[in-house]
Amino acid sequence: MLGTSLLLALREIRRHILRSFLTTLGIIIGVAAVITMVSLGRSVTADISDQISSLGSNVFFVFPIEGDRGQFRPFDERDVIAVREQIAGVKSVAGQVEANVTAIHNGQDWDSKVEGVNNDFLDARGIEMDEGRRFTQAEMEAGANVCIIGPTVQDEIFLPNQSPIGERLRLNNVDCQVIGVFATRGSVGGNGDDDNSVFMPLTNVQRRFTGNDNIGYMAVSYDGSYDSATMTKALVDLMRERRVLLEGQANDFDIVDTAQINETVQSTVGTLTIMVAAIAAISLVVGGVGIMNIMLVSVTERTREIGIRLAIGALAREVQLQFLTEAVVLCCFGGLVGILLGFGLSYSLASILGFQFIFDPGINILSFAVSALIGIVFGYFPARRASQLDPIEALRHE
Amino acid sequence: MSDGPLIRLEGITKTFGTGAAAFQALKGVNLSIERGDFVAVMGPSGSGKSTTMNILGCLDQPTGGVFRFMGQEVQSLTKDQRSLLRRKYLGFVFQGFNLLARTTAVENVELPLIYRGMPKAERRAAAMRSLERVGLGPWADHTPAELSGGQQQRVAIARALVTDPEVLLADEPTGNLDSERSVEIMQFLRELNGQGITILMVTHEPDMAAFAKTIVHFKDGLVNYIEAGEGAHT
Repeated sequence: MLGTSLLLALREIRRHILRSFLTTLGIIIGVAAVITMVSLGRSVTADISDQISSLGSNVFFVFPIEGDRGQFRPFDERDVIAVREQIAGVKSVAGQVEANVTAIHNGQDWDSKVEGVNNDFLDARGIEMDEGRRFTQAEMEAGANVCIIGPTVQDEIFLPNQSPIGERLRLNNVDCQVIGVFATRGSVGGNGDDDNSVFMPLTNVQRRFTGNDNIGYMAVSYDGSYDSATMTKALVDLMRERRVLLEGQANDFDIVDTAQINETVQSTVGTLTIMVAAIAAISLVVGGVGIMNIMLVSVTERTREIGIRLAIGALAREVQLQFLTEAVVLCCFGGLVGILLGFGLSYSLASILGFQFIFDPGINILSFAVSALIGIVFGYFPARRASQLDPIEALRHE
Repeated sequence: MSDGPLIRLEGITKTFGTGAAAFQALKGVNLSIERGDFVAVMGPSGSGKSTTMNILGCLDQPTGGVFRFMGQEVQSLTKDQRSLLRRKYLGFVFQGFNLLARTTAVENVELPLIYRGMPKAERRAAAMRSLERVGLGPWADHTPAELSGGQQQRVAIARALVTDPEVLLADEPTGNLDSERSVEIMQFLRELNGQGITILMVTHEPDMAAFAKTIVHFKDGLVNYIEAGEGAHT
């Protein structure tokens, strides 16, 4: 019986091929819109998540900020040591200072920045070496004139086929030797190019560029088995004690937790994606109403035909099933075309916008199932109406 | 099967509407039709001949009386059971041909077989045999719009015949045809009757009724009189 109604439904759709296509257009657009929105949402989430994880995982960044009495007190090496020694679970603490510089080599100059860091910082930020080596213990202690350059600096100042290792590089009026090139880490949140940077030992930058013992921010990496809330609380307590903040006074420092940022961004983008997909899903429902509308018109238009079918012995439920099958087949067809269209749209949009394309089988299966369901829901009423026609009346219908 | 007549109407009444607006279309029709008969039903409009045909075609239920088809009391059957009875034993030919538009002749003819769930190859072959039987084999792939009225009616007859029905019910089969095509169709029906099919036909044209073996005249919701047609003598 299902085979029969499928055969009859397919014949009917073939007989009105243009109308069938137009009927199903609403479903096609709805499904394509939902899939595109969800896929793009996934792409954006993955992209942001990648960027954030390029900051390093299980890392806090601690910045001095202005307090509620207008005070601004930078960190120094003693804060670094205190955090490292007094909080359980801390793996390493790395201070960083930076200054803008002009880098010069062989007459080529380029605006960049110098970052005073130690190897701990490289570990905390998860920075890998592309070429050359990291600092030695002696270089870090002595504040030697050695540097690790970023890929952008290499590209801008050195010749493409020339290894910069061992070359001399001038930063403002400080001369240093290039000992390594770090691997690209991209840019985070539009904050400029993080690859356009030169690392030098921290004490050297403090001495020769910033001229004081201050530290811009601390990167605190901690053991993943410790929970981030506990670590944050320990850090806050320690820093408040060290900076003698009384109860009721605001923190004059800020702790940025990458895990938490990632979570927040993920859930924000997730919510946005659901919202936009829900709006797109409205067009699916509108498409379903369109199908119902055309099916009702079709039942009226085909009253005589229904009469013929009933007269030659079709059962009421066979007629009902035929119309229902027509609606479901139309919707499933619309769902399939919509999936293809959605795939094409999200793929091209992702590449135009520079995101990675993520295929989400779940939303594809869900959209298809929903379109089939729409066929059943919105096809039921017209089909029922068709099956309840009186054959004599239907045959007399002009 | 029972030994009685193929069709037996006993005291059939049919009332349309209720209360003051009620109209009694049939007032106690008694009629027996034997297997192999060719019956023409005549009468002025409003005489109850169409209502009777609808009841005989199991499309409508009588208000009162007993309608036996092959010994079975039809008025006690459900809607679905009556559909199955039509599907199995009855073939319909209508005045307006009632073919499916934009559907080829052979697809129209195989429609009843689709409802019987016959496999495709068998179905197609049976439909072609039926079309050849009405002389339209070469026209199998034409849609109704591409066929003349006479050809369309023959496609309709092929559709009615494809299931090898017990009874062929024809409601004004020549009503939309000119006299030459009408005679052709009537001769063809007579031929089919000769092959053993019982035919019930409604017509208001005495010339067409004359082809039948039996002519039943209706008047005011009752059978007025029954006479033998020319068909009875051939």
